[in-house]
Amino acid sequence: MPTVTYISFSGDRHSVDADIGKSVMETAVSNGIPGIDADCGGACACATCHVIVEQEWFERLTPPDDAERSMLEFAVDPQPCSRLSCQLVVTEALDGLVVHTPSTQR
Amino acid sequence: MPDATKRAFGAQQRQSGASMKNLEGAVVIVGAGHAGGTVATLLRQQGWRGPVVVLGDEAAAPYQRPPLSKAWLKGEVGLDGLLLRKADFYDQQRIEVRTGVCVAAIDRAAAAVVLSDGERVPYEVLILATGTRARPLPVPGAALPGVLSLRSMADADRLKAALATARRMAVVGGGYIGLEVASVARALGVDVTVVEREARLLARVASPEIAAHYQALHEAHGVRFAFSAAVEAIEQEAGRVVGVTLADGTCIDADLVLVGIGAVANTDLAEAAGLACRDGVVVDEACRTSDPAIYAIGDVTRRPLALYGRDGRLESVQNALEQARLAAADLCGKPAPVREVPWFWSDQYDAKLQIAGLPFDGISRVVRGNPAQGSFAVFHLTAEGMVQTVEAVNAPAEFMIGRQWIGQRHVLSASRIADCALPVKEIAA
Repeated sequence: MPTVTYISFSGDRHSVDADIGKSVMETAVSNGIPGIDADCGGACACATCHVIVEQEWFERLTPPDDAERSMLEFAVDPQPCSRLSCQLVVTEALDGLVVHTPSTQR
Repeated sequence: MPDATKRAFGAQQRQSGASMKNLEGAVVIVGAGHAGGTVATLLRQQGWRGPVVVLGDEAAAPYQRPPLSKAWLKGEVGLDGLLLRKADFYDQQRIEVRTGVCVAAIDRAAAAVVLSDGERVPYEVLILATGTRARPLPVPGAALPGVLSLRSMADADRLKAALATARRMAVVGGGYIGLEVASVARALGVDVTVVEREARLLARVASPEIAAHYQALHEAHGVRFAFSAAVEAIEQEAGRVVGVTLADGTCIDADLVLVGIGAVANTDLAEAAGLACRDGVVVDEACRTSDPAIYAIGDVTRRPLALYGRDGRLESVQNALEQARLAAADLCGKPAPVREVPWFWSDQYDAKLQIAGLPFDGISRVVRGNPAQGSFAVFHLTAEGMVQTVEAVNAPAEFMIGRQWIGQRHVLSASRIADCALPVKEIAA
């Protein structure tokens, strides 16, 4: 089972086992990870599941579609490696994925 | 804590503007929906050490309601995909979730809730997250088995089963629930007629431009509409629904009726306990009711809407989560979270509607983009040119920036908003 690690703005680390096929957001919410609220439940409608992906992992992800790109462009304080975690589906290849939650999501 | 001390404690804390409680006390949450499930989680995250008990009258642990009228109905997600947290989460967090229990009363004098079987559950802090129920349709035939509404997973199960064999569905009420179900029903090949009391769709909740767009979208998918139409009766033959009769005598054939005419706040417990209620449990900005030991969150509350200088009742996940955040922070003595702009979304066919803000004082509307191309946004401006609301259809950038403008009380020029040659980012420049 792949492991995903979430690091909060204040540096708290949470590593959890992730089901393949679930999104990185769903994995966070189902484990009660602070900082990923996901108000819309994964409809790519709210940007409250914004994460900053560590560089080495960012390049290995499927690129964002237009809707996600637009949402991210106008998210609070977007970074070059920002993604919406509801759009990142956990696969075996993502075992070890590390994402950071932004300061605005606590 | 003795009662007198608790009162003094509460009074003193209220004066100081923060109501941090004894973190070892018992929190009882009535209602295991999105709001109730989330506040339990947040209390633990923010340092609450005492017992946390969630009492829910449904069979399932806290789950997401929005997919019930969308992906769940289409069979695209199962229970696993609806549940808010994984099964062992609550045990790990020492949160006791009791499902299938009905709260009969709040005994404020003894600080306990009374369950329908007489069991008493004592609390130091009580959080009401009782939500809403579907508004019933007061016409003959409304109790027939083929007449359904949609609030809970049990409702959705019934509707899903009925849609599998239905041929013609009448939807009473042209609001979000009715329209979302209509879009799923069409995808399943069921004929749909929507009966709406007002002259247009979404009359209380969206602009005429949005209503017209969604009407056209549904018509393109074969949905029929009856506007300015009042339902007189639901007709039956041998106990089965066969149609809906309107006040003008028209009869619409239907073997399934979905009633989506709004929701009623579940204030019964609060009212019986003497808490201030006015179409909702009245709460302040930290979700405190008129009793310092009792909070209320989610759809059931009448809450201050600071951006708009009034109060109101909001039925949305965003509101449920925001109030869960506010209540948890207040109880745990943490700084209040940043004020949020209310927002909402709806998925119908391939159109994603995102709405930010509330349309109270908008006196003019500006359309950006072309509805005929399926992507546009309607901005509502006040007399001073402040954005009050943005309604965006397949226009996520406009939604996101509109939400920021609303929160920042930006004054903008209508002509710049409407000018599509101007990138979204440069409108406010």
